[in-house]
Amino acid sequence: MPEYIWGFTGGLMIGTAGAILLLGTGRIMGASGIFGAVIDGSARGGERREKLAFLGGLIGLPAVIAVLFGGQATHLTENFVIVAAAGLLVGLGTRMANGCTSGHGVCGISRLSRRGLVATFVYLLAGMVTVAVFRHGLGMI
Amino acid sequence: MRGILSFASGALFGSGLMLSGMTDTTKVLGWLDIFGAWDPTLGFVLGGAILPMALAWKLRQRSGAPIAGGTFPAPPSRKIGRDLAVGAALFGAGWGLAGLCPGPALASISWGGVGGAVFLVAMSAGMVLAQPLGRRLALA
Repeated sequence: MPEYIWGFTGGLMIGTAGAILLLGTGRIMGASGIFGAVIDGSARGGERREKLAFLGGLIGLPAVIAVLFGGQATHLTENFVIVAAAGLLVGLGTRMANGCTSGHGVCGISRLSRRGLVATFVYLLAGMVTVAVFRHGLGMI
Repeated sequence: MRGILSFASGALFGSGLMLSGMTDTTKVLGWLDIFGAWDPTLGFVLGGAILPMALAWKLRQRSGAPIAGGTFPAPPSRKIGRDLAVGAALFGAGWGLAGLCPGPALASISWGGVGGAVFLVAMSAGMVLAQPLGRRLALA
């Protein structure tokens, strides 16, 4: 099956997951917001338990699928300096901007949020410039 | 009930990320590589994800409260601050360097090896540092 059909089908699953969380619990499905609020301690009590349940599903089902079917690879660069710098930037940036690809991209754009549209434009542009510079300019990634 | 729905949402989100190719950094960097061998797959992922979510926002207007109680989120803020612009630029740079964003980094942790763990630890550190650093730089 062509890659774009897998992409579109996976996308429909991602959007349906966001719909379940919104219509079921009233929360916006943003991965950085959910994970960030758990690790920095800003989510407490019932909210923290809900976020932990979400993270349990997010990590758990892919882990089960990976064990059953195998063959998964992230193809992440083996240069751990780049990996660590990238992780730090992603963590800093998503919490500063209050959202990532799921929160601003999927949930924000789908309700035509100005912040979601601007953030998505900026991080896409920054990502494209970074790949252009580090892949075609410096040959590092 | 809220816990079960949250778990189901997370599980569907994670398996969707996996199926769509978002956990494969080759595909993500291919999508961002507009001057190289550009890979349009991620556009289909985003399009596919926006459709059900846009429908959910429509349904939200007609329903009074979430199924499992609580309240719906307030209308989105219209404020475009420096924190949004600087944060999104930093996030995009990190995304372009490694090809991982927070959702796929979490979903792939069971097969991501040492590199996946390094990314997650660094991302967590960045998340914890974001608030004090943002205040210090007076971005908010």
